[in-house]
Amino acid sequence: MDVGFTVSAEDLSPHPVSSISPGAEEPAVPAAALPVARSQISSRFTSIATWLAVRVFPTLLMVVLLLGIWQVACQHGGAALPSPSKVWAESHDVIVHPFKGVSFDTSGYHIEESGEVGVAVHILTSLRRVALGYGLSVIFGVALGILIGQSLFAYRALDPLFQVLRTVPPLAWLPISLAIFQQANPSAIFLIFITAIWPIILNTAAGVQNIPASYRNVARVLALRPLEYFTKIMLPATVPHMFTGLRIGVGMSWLAIVAAEMVQGGTGIGFFIWDSYNSSLLTDTIVALVWIGLIGFTLDRIVGWIGNRVARQS
Amino acid sequence: MSYSYLSIEDVEVSFQTKGGTFTAIRNVDLKVDKGQFVSLIGHSGCGKSTLLNVVAGLVRPTRGAILLEGEVIDKPGPDRAVIFQDHSLLPWLSVMENVLLAVDKTMPGASRAERREWAMHNLELVHMARAASKRPAELSGGMKQRVGIARAIAMKPRVLLMDEPFGALDALTRASLQTAVMAIQEQLSNTVLMITHDVDEAVLLSDRVVMMTNGPAATIGDDLAVSLARPRNAIETGNLPEYRRARSAVLHFLHERYSNPLDAAA
Repeated sequence: MDVGFTVSAEDLSPHPVSSISPGAEEPAVPAAALPVARSQISSRFTSIATWLAVRVFPTLLMVVLLLGIWQVACQHGGAALPSPSKVWAESHDVIVHPFKGVSFDTSGYHIEESGEVGVAVHILTSLRRVALGYGLSVIFGVALGILIGQSLFAYRALDPLFQVLRTVPPLAWLPISLAIFQQANPSAIFLIFITAIWPIILNTAAGVQNIPASYRNVARVLALRPLEYFTKIMLPATVPHMFTGLRIGVGMSWLAIVAAEMVQGGTGIGFFIWDSYNSSLLTDTIVALVWIGLIGFTLDRIVGWIGNRVARQS
Repeated sequence: MSYSYLSIEDVEVSFQTKGGTFTAIRNVDLKVDKGQFVSLIGHSGCGKSTLLNVVAGLVRPTRGAILLEGEVIDKPGPDRAVIFQDHSLLPWLSVMENVLLAVDKTMPGASRAERREWAMHNLELVHMARAASKRPAELSGGMKQRVGIARAIAMKPRVLLMDEPFGALDALTRASLQTAVMAIQEQLSNTVLMITHDVDEAVLLSDRVVMMTNGPAATIGDDLAVSLARPRNAIETGNLPEYRRARSAVLHFLHERYSNPLDAAA
């Protein structure tokens, strides 16, 4: 289903966009009634053009402006921070060949064991850790959240512990994590798990606790069995809260993985940053920062999008 | 011992509060015959809803018992369907799915097609068949309550409980829903217990108007039979002497004998 553009076009309608593209005002239904799809295509095109003009252009303008300021401020010889043009010149290889050392085929991707690898390889390593750690925290977080949301005893027993533990910064877990798992990879996964689980637990619990009394009464009058109550009332009523937690959780796990890899070394985008800094390749560090930001943004949007879909279906 | 269909026997409900024990209702005795439409009327806070919740099984009585066809009621069940004031439709389900949720629970033996047909039949009774695929958020307040009514009657309840069903609606919508309820009652002859604040609504719809005294420890103060012929109609029935007699009797009870406790304080 086409979500992006039709929704955006509706969002835009209160704004005076007609001066930019009169075609956007045409409703889709009469256009479909016309012969041939030409008018459809053109109205589709204008709606994309409008979207680009209204939504993307201001952002683009701002980025260019900020890059300009950065360039001017850091152009002189003694600048501690490399300017954008210097980043482009010195890290050209890192920017243009992110997939260096990785090969794709039908069975997935393969990383060459030896030699230098591109930044994308480190990101894939980090993402795999996040997928595992975050996946575990989703499973346990939702289960624990439902438990303490549903049982007052469990809430009283566990909530104070969770409230204390959630304030522990991710990196503070690292020594314990290393002591338990001895190895870099599982301890990084544990670190993500322990970072992402708290917002998932607490938001799921809040969702369960905030199920309106009237829905509970409906369930009682209908004499729904516990499993029916769980699937037909509790889950759909909790989904919006749950996804708030899942979204915060995915953001925090991305924060945690970078920090963990910086300290532990070996592989991953966090290691890449630390390594490039130690090798005085500050321009590579800047490229990695941009990658991290874009990936974190994408993760957040993916979880948000899934949340919207699920909330609409359930 | 004389048999009655629904029997509320010496019910008392007390709640533990910070300030001690609060008794909402006490010594409530009420017998309802099968097919009777009974209204409970009284000022706010008189424990009407508590009494209804006891019959629904949502609240346990501290003392006394509810007997339905001779069996003691101790938990909620679909044989005592409730129409809630806030309609309580599940927003993530369509109108049809909301009714089907109730039908699935009450007709487990029927085929899927039969259950859908029964749900649709009940939506037709409240004139909501056309909105079957809509979500509750797309409906007006009156339409939502129509769906709430369809959901309740689709359960084929032994007793239909209505908790201020039209309290949140405007006067015109309320009148149209009252007409709908009367038409349905003509066909189904349910045993109904309805809570209301509205004297005209009580007299127009009911066979009996049960008036409650003010709380705490409220009880039944008077029990008035309304012997108006059916089918009734808001305009014509409203002009009959019997209607006016019943109406003024209820008003007298509510404003002379047991006036609103806040009036006395003023």
